[in-house]
This record gives sequence, structure tokens and C-alpha cells, in this order.
Amino acid sequence: MSLKVIQPGILSLLQDGGRTGQHRIGLTNGGPLDRRAFDYCNRLLGNAKNCTLLEISFGGLHLQAQEDTFICITGAKLPLHINGKEQPQWQVLPVAAGDEIQLEFAEQGCRAYLGVADGFTIPPSFGSSATVMRENIGGLHGDKLHAGDELPCATVTTRKQLYLPAALQPHYGKEITVRVIPGYQQKHFSRLQQRRFFSHPYTVSDRCDRMGYRLEGPAIACDIEGILSEGICFGAIQIPADGQPIVLLNDRQTIGGYPKIGAALSLDTAHLAQLTPGGRVHFAPISPHGAHNALHLAHSFDQRQALLERRP
Amino acid sequence: MELHSAGEDAIMLYLGEETSPEVAARVQSAATAVAQALGDDLIDLVPSYASLLIIYDPMQTDHLSVGHRVRLALSQMQTGAAGAGHTVVLPVYYSPESGQDLESLASNAGLSIDEVIALHSACEYRVYAIGFAPGFAYLGEVDERIAAPRLATPRQKVPRGAVAIADRQTAVYPAVSPGGWNLIGRCPLRMFDPTAEPTMPVTVGDRVRFEPISRERYLALGGDPV
Repeated sequence: MSLKVIQPGILSLLQDGGRTGQHRIGLTNGGPLDRRAFDYCNRLLGNAKNCTLLEISFGGLHLQAQEDTFICITGAKLPLHINGKEQPQWQVLPVAAGDEIQLEFAEQGCRAYLGVADGFTIPPSFGSSATVMRENIGGLHGDKLHAGDELPCATVTTRKQLYLPAALQPHYGKEITVRVIPGYQQKHFSRLQQRRFFSHPYTVSDRCDRMGYRLEGPAIACDIEGILSEGICFGAIQIPADGQPIVLLNDRQTIGGYPKIGAALSLDTAHLAQLTPGGRVHFAPISPHGAHNALHLAHSFDQRQALLERRP
Repeated sequence: MELHSAGEDAIMLYLGEETSPEVAARVQSAATAVAQALGDDLIDLVPSYASLLIIYDPMQTDHLSVGHRVRLALSQMQTGAAGAGHTVVLPVYYSPESGQDLESLASNAGLSIDEVIALHSACEYRVYAIGFAPGFAYLGEVDERIAAPRLATPRQKVPRGAVAIADRQTAVYPAVSPGGWNLIGRCPLRMFDPTAEPTMPVTVGDRVRFEPISRERYLALGGDPV
């Protein structure tokens, strides 16, 4: 009753919608870096929202089905083969016991999501199956996948083979704009520094992971080195002493003392997390009202997209 | 009191500007009041020294409604006494062998090792915040005489149970992790155990006292070998 891991790839993690309500004991959120691709994967499979899927960073995953079920792969574009035959992404595909599922390395974007019908059955830790390696919590053993792991899932024999038309599939470019709600610590950044931040492109450094993306570009000066440690919200953009911004993501620490110039929109961090080192980022300011509006518009846009069915 | 939009799903509430038991008590009371006022719209709360980060569900409500309800709740709030909370005693094996920075901290402070131990274990600390890592409790404030800046080069690996000082804060490392605090001893108790109920012996607002113990007692209480 499982998919067996033959090759784990570079970083493949079991993730559900993320862990909430546990910040008081210091646990971070985890969950999918690209929420939209994750949600589409569950929706295509006819799963409940937030079912446990695999987040595959960079690719290189090889699985063997131990039973009949349906899978779907969304997110980063990567060659997908089932028993050596090329298959499409953003499309529900049947697999039979013994089938070999192979994902090559990502060609566009870097986070792909592989789901199964009804999701992987992983017992929750602190209310969620999300794997946070830094905390050694969630997933199968608080860690990324290893060869030989068995990913438990149900046998499913019927499921609509839905797909998302190509025109609606996201394009993961190498240059993006990230909308930012200017921060409440603005007074520590002069107008010149704020203008510098919003008018120059930044480059993704090689220090980018699930905790945060460290960017490189014109240094932003701040008139204080640190603040009294306080809670850090999702997307917060810290400016450490070297002036190079860090966009904090799902596995961020919950408390910190670096000044923050603002917080990025989750709709845009989904694209940021698809960038690899060298990717370019422009920041654009957005008001809290604008951010709220954008969030709801994006949600209703996705809800209105009709999924099509491919008849076998 | 100040309220600010922090992100698409978060509001930051400041209840003071400095570390003090009075401000900490206000943070505690505000956390309770905000949780009641927001109900299901609340996703998470991060209390810290002088602030409370309020994370809400942006698909159910917005920053205007949250801000309004938080202001109303705070205007009716009764601040509890700064003395509320439990007192937890944590045993510590203080020694140069279990705390690699004990000797340098003492000599920099112009004190003997015994004086450092006496000062660290003399007063009652308050749990101001929990974060950085699961179960990492920020305790304050240590006697000014033994306050010490963070190490210039953080250690790659600080052992579980390490008792440490950074500026006027002190803490027990709940798990092996990198860290730049000055190590002065080891605590044999688990500060974070996912299988235990509760998972942590302390919570924000509790008091902590450190009790010096011998090497034998440390090992008898289940401390990791030093």
C-alpha cells in the first residue's frame, strides 16, 4: 500500500498545507513553497484541500508503485516518465502496481509537486504532516526522503483524469516581481534606502532554501543593527548588517531581531521559491488593502478555472 | 500601544519598548484578550519581549476588522499581575567541562567561577519568549555583572541542554544546534520533547530558577555525557 522510493532526488519532502498554531512552542509552519502548484495538484486529483503530497526540489526522484492508484505532477517543469514513456504534467495519470515513475531534473522552476489520489497517509505531528528538517518533525521521520522509504497511500481504482489546459499552467520565468507590503520598521530606513530597495533588481544568491531566500544587490542601510526580538510573519524581508535582503519563507525561525523592510506577498513568494541562484527579483510596494485584494482575486481566479477531463 | 500591518496575514502589536516584567505581563494579557476576540479568525500568536505578532486568516477576515477587534479588546483588557505564572526549577551542572565559556566569561567579568555560578543561580528569571528553535525559551534578565556579548564566531554545534548567556538573556538549548551564546553549564532535563505532554516544561510568562548540581547528580538525572 505505498509508493516505494528508488531514488530520493536532491530534496523531496512530504508536505501538507503546513503547521499552524504551534509558534508558541517555537515550531515553524513548513508546508508547500509554491502553494498554487500544491493546491492545483490536490484539486486535479479530486483530493481534499491540504492532502499530503511530495514537494520535489530540483527533481531526480524515482518511485515504484506498489499498487494501483492515480498520480499528478504540477509545479516546476521536468521530464516525467512512467515505465520509460514520457507523460504530461498538470494531468491525472493512472499507475499500476510495479510501474516505474521517474522525474528528471527541472528545466523551468525548481519545485514540483507529486500527489496521489487521497494523498499520502502520514500521521500528523503537532497537527500536520509537513516536514521541517531543521526541527526534525513531520514526514516519515522528520527528514527528507531516502531510498527504500515507503510512502503509504490507498489503493484507488477510479478517478477522473482531469488536466489543467496548457494556457492556464503557470510559467516560471527567471525574472519576477515580488510585491511587498512596506514594513512597520520603515522609520529605520531612509527614503533613499527605500527607493533603492524598490528600484534595483536583486539576484538570488546560492544561500536560498526553505527557510529563506538571500538576495544580492545594492546594500540597504538601516539606522539600527537590531531590534528587540519579535515574531516574524511569513514573507518578512530582513535586512541584516550587510544590507542584503533575506525573504523569509515557510521554514523561517519564528522570532528574530533583524530589522525588516517589509513583507512579501505569498502569491509572489511562490514564484520566488521557483527561482534558482542567479534568478532576478524586482520589488514593488503594495498597500495592505492592495495585498488583501490581490489574494482574494487570485483565489477566485483559480476557483473559476474549469478543469477538463481526458477520456481514456 | 501600537498596531501595524506586518504582512498579508499578520498584524504587529507593540505593548512597550523595553524588556520588563510589566511589559511582559501586558503582552501575556493581550495574548489572552486577542485570542478571545478573534476566535476562529486567529491562526497563530507569537508573544515576545514587548510585542505580540497576530497571524489571522486573510480568507476569512482582513487587517481592518482584526485591527478594530484587537483595539476594542485591548481597551477592555485587565492586565494581570506581573507575578502570574508557574515557577520551574531547572538543575544545572556548572563547570568548565560542561560549559566551555565559563572560564573566559568569569575572567572577562573579573569574577571567580563560583561567583558567576552564584550570580546566575541567585535570581528568578522570566520566560519572555519562545522561538528560534522548538522549545528555545528566552529568559531574562541576568545580573549585569555576568552579561556577555555573543561569540564573534558562532559554534557549529552546541550540545543539547547547554545553559548559555547572551547579553542579559539566558537559555537552555533544547536540541543540538548552531549557536553563538556563551556556554556555562548543562541542564539534564529535556526542554523540548515531542512525545511528552506538555512538550515543554515552561511556557511564556513562567518563572525559572537554576539550581547548581554536581556532575553525579547531573548524570543521575539523565544528562547527556559531557
